[in-house]
Amino acid sequence: MEKVLMKGNEAIAEAAIRAGCRHFYGYPITPQTEVSAYMAKNMPKVGGLFMQAESEIAAINMVYGSASAGVRAMTSSSSPGISLKAEGISYIAGADLPCVILNIVRGGPGLGGIQPAQSDYFQATKGLAHGDFKLVVLAPSSIQECVDLTMEAFDIADQYRMPVMIMGDGMLGQMMEPVTFGSYEGRKLPEKTWATNGTGLKRAHNVINSLYIDPDTLEKTVLDRDKMYQKIKETEVKYETENIEDADIIMVAYGTIGRIVKNAMKKAREEGIKVGLIRPVTLWPFPEKVINEAADKAKAFISVEMSTGQMVEDVKLAVNGKAKVDFYGRTGGVIPSPDEILAKIKEVAGGIE
Amino acid sequence: MNHEIILAGFGGQGILFAGKLLVYTGMIFDKAVSWLPSYGPEMRGGTCNCHIILNDTAVGSPYVVTPTEAIVLNKPSFEKFEGSIVSGGKLFYDSSLCDNEHKRDDIEYIGIPATTMAYELEAAQLANMVITGKVLKETGMFELNDVFTALEKLIPPKRAQMLDINKKAIEAGFNF
Repeated sequence: MEKVLMKGNEAIAEAAIRAGCRHFYGYPITPQTEVSAYMAKNMPKVGGLFMQAESEIAAINMVYGSASAGVRAMTSSSSPGISLKAEGISYIAGADLPCVILNIVRGGPGLGGIQPAQSDYFQATKGLAHGDFKLVVLAPSSIQECVDLTMEAFDIADQYRMPVMIMGDGMLGQMMEPVTFGSYEGRKLPEKTWATNGTGLKRAHNVINSLYIDPDTLEKTVLDRDKMYQKIKETEVKYETENIEDADIIMVAYGTIGRIVKNAMKKAREEGIKVGLIRPVTLWPFPEKVINEAADKAKAFISVEMSTGQMVEDVKLAVNGKAKVDFYGRTGGVIPSPDEILAKIKEVAGGIE
Repeated sequence: MNHEIILAGFGGQGILFAGKLLVYTGMIFDKAVSWLPSYGPEMRGGTCNCHIILNDTAVGSPYVVTPTEAIVLNKPSFEKFEGSIVSGGKLFYDSSLCDNEHKRDDIEYIGIPATTMAYELEAAQLANMVITGKVLKETGMFELNDVFTALEKLIPPKRAQMLDINKKAIEAGFNF
């Protein structure tokens, strides 16, 4: 299969088109604008629709419309823009519709900056908007993974009828690596019998709605959805592990930090410190089980993030008191260097011996 | 092969393209590669840089902190990156634009008047390719022909007339 050199943003856009996404609603914001640019150029070639909406809020509500009609739809933005989309995403979750949302995260809060960050972890995994709902959150750490996870994101969304978020950061969006397309096989998916795409005078009208005035009825929809979330926690967890078998210290890191820590791990191992890595690929559902099991042997965990410490709370919950959980992070667009991470590893190693 | 390179200069000097050319060549020859640009206002005329990595196994951090080679096309970049190069590393600089004093004795300084040479080729915008030629010569990273193969794929058909002059610029740097 031919390798091509692509930016993360462009690779995600190409993967989405290949996954059958046909309606894309964009609004420019650094560092993800190349997604819109690529879609504008290439979506018409496959008979799809690219539309630059008048705002992020408009874009997510257009996705709501397309998803209602059963079309594979997507929008993308970066942190401040995702906050604007929050309400629409809650409606989409409440109406049980599939769609894919890309967040190429930048430093915050507010307008923040334009450099890479991971400070939207809480937003994506805990409380993006009002109501009891979840997104499956996928966190690629290479451009190839951007491609593979984007293609799978549409299948996950369709299988469970729910919004799926791909969460990268400015570094992943802007960098180029070789990728190949076409290795993804695709899932067997149910037909979209619920879509509001015309009755053809052959069936009753489908209704897409997130409003349930009667509390018992609303509770039932929420509980049914929660049952589905529990099933997703069993079946959709993804992670990568490296060197955890003999590790005294296990780093937990995702996305681009999930690869930067590998440099630190290599140096630490060269100095005789037994360090391992668990890299969550799904941030929700979080890979709690593998972390909890690893905590039987490892003495300490370090959550390494580009934030002031968000995922570390999930690591603590997963470790459940079995081992010490420490944190190292930089934020606001600053990327932690392997040497800084190594210094933290040494500090923790000093503490556990 | 293990190169961690920072290329830097003004926006418009072709820093990003020079990096892309090396990485693309690496990809064709099955090296593990990554290319990370600075982004934002730099693209509109300020200082600009890109980090590239080429090795035989896998790229961990795409962010280069201590480059094995730095390739700089202006004075501010010379100043900014001179100190971060690994001991024994190389600093390639455009000697027609940088007259900085050399502050270290544990790295190799390799100057080439890339901009002047590009003017002489009547292709002022190709200082990036001239210095790339010098880098290829001094590092032995790739054969010239391998880089030309990549160049043929990178230059879009509608700009095919640019191919020969790019090759000439690389050759000029290589033979300097």
